[in-house]
Amino acid sequence: MPVVACGRRGSSWRFFTAEEARTLEAVCGHIIPEDQDPGAVRAGVVRFMDTQLTLFYKPLQKTYRRGIAQLDQASIDFAGKRFADLPAAQQLAVLHHIESNPELRPFFDLLVAHTMQGFYGDPRHGGNRERVSWKMVGLPYPPLRGRLRYDFADLAKGELPWR
Amino acid sequence: MALKPVNAVIIGAGAGGGIVAKELAEAGLSVVLLERGKWYSPFDCRKDDLRNQRTSPLGQAFGPDDDRSPRVAVDTQGREHIVRASGPGYQNNAACVGGGTFSYGAMAWRYMEKDFRMRSTYGHVSGSTLADWPVSYQDLEPYYEKAEWEIGVSGDVSGDPFHAPRRRPLPMPPLPPNREYEILYPAAKRLGLHPFDIPMLRNSVPYNGRPACIRCRWCVGFACEVDAKCGTHNTVIPKAVATKNCEVRTECVVKEIIANERGRVTGVVYFDANDELHQQDADVVIVSCGAIESARLLLNSKSRLFPDGLGNRRDWVGRNLQGHTYTGAFGLMPMDIYDDLGPGAGIALCDYNHGNPGLVGGAMLANEFIRLPYQFVSMIPPGLPRWGKAHKDFMRNAYRRAIAVQGPTQEMPVFDSRVQVDPVVKDHWGIPVARLSGDKHPHTIETSTVMAGKAEAWLKEAGAVQTWKKLSGPGLSAGQHQAGTCRMGSDPATSVVNRYCQVHDVDNLFVIDASVHVTNGGFNPVLTIMAMAYYASDHLVKQWKGTRFA
Repeated sequence: MPVVACGRRGSSWRFFTAEEARTLEAVCGHIIPEDQDPGAVRAGVVRFMDTQLTLFYKPLQKTYRRGIAQLDQASIDFAGKRFADLPAAQQLAVLHHIESNPELRPFFDLLVAHTMQGFYGDPRHGGNRERVSWKMVGLPYPPLRGRLRYDFADLAKGELPWR
Repeated sequence: MALKPVNAVIIGAGAGGGIVAKELAEAGLSVVLLERGKWYSPFDCRKDDLRNQRTSPLGQAFGPDDDRSPRVAVDTQGREHIVRASGPGYQNNAACVGGGTFSYGAMAWRYMEKDFRMRSTYGHVSGSTLADWPVSYQDLEPYYEKAEWEIGVSGDVSGDPFHAPRRRPLPMPPLPPNREYEILYPAAKRLGLHPFDIPMLRNSVPYNGRPACIRCRWCVGFACEVDAKCGTHNTVIPKAVATKNCEVRTECVVKEIIANERGRVTGVVYFDANDELHQQDADVVIVSCGAIESARLLLNSKSRLFPDGLGNRRDWVGRNLQGHTYTGAFGLMPMDIYDDLGPGAGIALCDYNHGNPGLVGGAMLANEFIRLPYQFVSMIPPGLPRWGKAHKDFMRNAYRRAIAVQGPTQEMPVFDSRVQVDPVVKDHWGIPVARLSGDKHPHTIETSTVMAGKAEAWLKEAGAVQTWKKLSGPGLSAGQHQAGTCRMGSDPATSVVNRYCQVHDVDNLFVIDASVHVTNGGFNPVLTIMAMAYYASDHLVKQWKGTRFA
């Protein structure tokens, strides 16, 4: 039994369906792959996207819904299966195919941008879990100079933390 | 609702307006200072790398509001885009008390003598409205000094043989060098160049009742959490309020300036925070909204005598919109050089501001402000994939080894790079929004490309094992350094205001901000805006005769 339930009934996501989240995790795992350091998946990049799509990126909800569907369709057309069901090498081939397709590329570019934000940006926004990217690049933490003062309480209430 | 009339209403509490408020209030004029944004405090330094005034994928920290204040941007292919404040093409500065000075990087440059005499120095440039200023460096020198001491500047320009004559040194010493400085200084010396400490509107020692910089990594784009950055919000505006002659009204959006049938202005109409309309009558109106919004307000202030907007009889309002073309280079050092010491920028050289063979003007070059990891994501060498394993490897290996050097190339003003009011799109208050269009002059691109080469050579000499240039595209640049839209000049046929920032055909209307800049120097413009505000205020106060002008 879930201790915390938010967003859709039976789902731990605020905006995505479980299938959409599965597709995105597979895509983001290629944009920033796991190696000796955690990649986009473990850093919670999809959680970042999911959170922001109910906040600042709310106007992009339709773009995401349609974009993910098109991405999966392109994967079926190109390799016969939904993106998340393909082996890694084939997934990469699909992404290169999508990147060279002028119709599909804008959504992929958006995913790249949001993945970078979710991976390298401040953990307060839902990504960069346990500051994995900052540890990776060697950003000293906690900082020696300056306070740390965030308002997580607002975020928990589902409100924009800066308003 | 009509409010109690005052002597002066100032629209915009930024670098220019804040100073004018203090100068007029201290001279005994009753002043209302209207600001469309809020009055933030050091506690609003949220250290949010995705939401600040410089890097804003999740919005701007200090205004304007994304939903309420759109603009129309026309791109280089002529396509129109409705853009929001945090998006590309908006050319945003800020909307808050202090304006850009609340969250800026705070470089405090005096322009050089030639920067005021570009046309005399270099002659006509085809396709550009390049001209001399009607004021000289010597006219502004005492006011530069006043800005440096009243607002507060640290640094040491004694190592710069190119700086214009000055009477007093800066009031504060520079901050101690960081690692980049220690690497770049001897390299510049070996190249025969003249590196020195950047003058900064930042306390290096306690000054004006505020503490010194703690050298944290959240600087440009952020509020200073210890209040060590010096802007108008923590210097002149509190002084203006302390005279009891100045009232600051925040979250007030001016709709238009009212002109009467005798061709003078009588006040402004504005919306308050509750969207209620007020009329504030005043003997003098001072427009200090920044180059884009000042032009927009004048163009939106139409009346029978001024059917095309105030000051716009000759169609010069909104023209010559310019900023700075930032180019430079990145260098990857063989070793870890990241020392986590803000503000990061500390060393500059002015060897290339003038005297470049075949080029008109140039740029100051300086090392760049300290970077948070997200800002580094797009600073990749050409040919490197923007995603995948290679990009991740680069981030991991390069973040602590990279130095960036860049500079603001002086732009050649272009008549058709401009601010208009859009015929269709309106903001939250129903006021027609600014419509931005135009390109950079090709010579600006040419100069900026040479500047990038100079930056790259400096980094190579410093021992970088890999270097790559950061170049500029042809699109309009305005943004934080926006200028030029209400040009100052002696001839009313080719300018909007006279040498005292007074609109040519409306003697009680002034524009006091970077709008009046004829050219924008190869430097960050803020100290020149401040000096000009002191200079124009000085004249205004001297001409003031009780309730009107002589």
